[in-house]
Amino acid sequence: MSLDNFNVQTKLGQPWKRPPFIQKKLLRWTIIFGIIAYLIAAYLSVDVNWSRVYEGLERGKKFVLAFTNPDFTSRSSDIWSGMIESIIMTVTSSVVGIGISIPIALGAARNVAPLPIYLICRGIIAISRALQEIIVAILLVAIFGFGPLAGFLTLSFATIGFLSKLLAEDIESMDKVQAEAIKASGAKWTQWINYGVQPQVMPRLIGLSIYRVDINFRESAILGLVGAGGIGATLNTAFDRYEYDTAAAILLIIIGIVMALEYISGIIRARVQ
Amino acid sequence: MLKLDKLVKTYKTGDQALKAVDIEIPKGQVLALIGPSGAGKSTLIRCINRLVEPTSGQVYLNDVELTCLSTSALRRERRRMGMIFQEYALIERLTVMENVLSGRLGYVGFWRSFLRKFPQSDVDEAYRLLDRVGLAEMADKRADELSGGQRQRVGICRALIQNPALLLVDEPTASLDPKTSRQIMRLICELCQERNLAAIINIHDVALAQMFVQRVVGLRFGAVQFDGPPENLTPEVLTMIYGEEDWEATIEKIEDEDEADLL
Repeated sequence: MSLDNFNVQTKLGQPWKRPPFIQKKLLRWTIIFGIIAYLIAAYLSVDVNWSRVYEGLERGKKFVLAFTNPDFTSRSSDIWSGMIESIIMTVTSSVVGIGISIPIALGAARNVAPLPIYLICRGIIAISRALQEIIVAILLVAIFGFGPLAGFLTLSFATIGFLSKLLAEDIESMDKVQAEAIKASGAKWTQWINYGVQPQVMPRLIGLSIYRVDINFRESAILGLVGAGGIGATLNTAFDRYEYDTAAAILLIIIGIVMALEYISGIIRARVQ
Repeated sequence: MLKLDKLVKTYKTGDQALKAVDIEIPKGQVLALIGPSGAGKSTLIRCINRLVEPTSGQVYLNDVELTCLSTSALRRERRRMGMIFQEYALIERLTVMENVLSGRLGYVGFWRSFLRKFPQSDVDEAYRLLDRVGLAEMADKRADELSGGQRQRVGICRALIQNPALLLVDEPTASLDPKTSRQIMRLICELCQERNLAAIINIHDVALAQMFVQRVVGLRFGAVQFDGPPENLTPEVLTMIYGEEDWEATIEKIEDEDEADLL
């Protein structure tokens, strides 16, 4: 059964070792030492200004201490309106983004869509993923001006890249035979998607959607820093004025909401399995 | 009723799965297709309803030539061919009822199926079929709650509610225990008799095939090696289909199988 030049006798009594990933010894050690040398050089090149760090520690301490005494009241109307704006941005952008993502995900799954549509949809996903939220937000603020409209559009755009890609991957890894069975009954394409594909990817779609709502909320806090509305704008103002107690209050609210979303998503995901 | 004429399938890899297969099946005949793994049994079945596109040759179902049909005409003809799968291929997250009704998708429009508003006659027929296979009370269960034998019976209902003229059955018993296998095979054959359906059943288990069918076709390397009644499956014939092996134990089983009659 074995190869002609393979003699079991020479192997007996010898310890066995897993064959290395890179076969050539010289190449293997060159790569290993190269990586180590680069890491050392890279760490050495990071410039640390220790006196500046010492100064900064004081500011950091103030910031952390502010958490023991967050100020929810003195800017409460700003916090409230910022929070409402963030929530509106989150909900609207998630709904629009997910709504657009689903057809794009179908188009980006090779086992469902023909090649030209596949390439177009993959292209849309690539663009959406290549452009980071902040960059998109800066561009959209330049176009639409300051305010939540730019934030809403940014988050919708980012949702498409995220959700379409992951959902498309789930569609591509679905059980082919289940879908085949629906096709064999003479179903139309739309019915085939509805019966053969959708039930298989639904838990993943719901899980991803909730996760994206969570991300969108957190992002909405960042986007305010570049003027795209939401609680981030309020947070930015608080930092600018060195009102760390107000900033701490805002951060605590964000943490609370994210944790609540996490908790809710856990419950929902357990139910849809 | 069904006629395969020089059916050839060559995969992109160059593997010739079917080499000019000719088979003709009259109305109401149940045919078992046996052969070693990789002989082309699954490919043959899938070439008939074009889940796999045949490379050349013709398939006639009641004088309609299937291999050159347009997409929509093919969908119409697929309604006349019920398919039963090896791993049941039920949509696991849908209810038993939805799974059975999915056999009607070729007959109802998208919105009706999307809203699960199937015609009353379809729902009634689904209940009747489920009752026939002893699963009527399971209608609202999710398919993945059922056992293997139960799932396969749902699969049978899904194929039958299409009101097919032909059943394509791909390894119906491959993932079932011996007793359930027999029950399923018996059920399929009984239903074919009741409704005067023709059927092609791919099956690994030669003894099981001999027990239930009127005709056996043996496939090897994509070509028909044997075509005849199950009694003619001698050790020589089995060797011709599968290769050298001791066949006595496989064949003898036929005799002792009369105690288990109807369900």
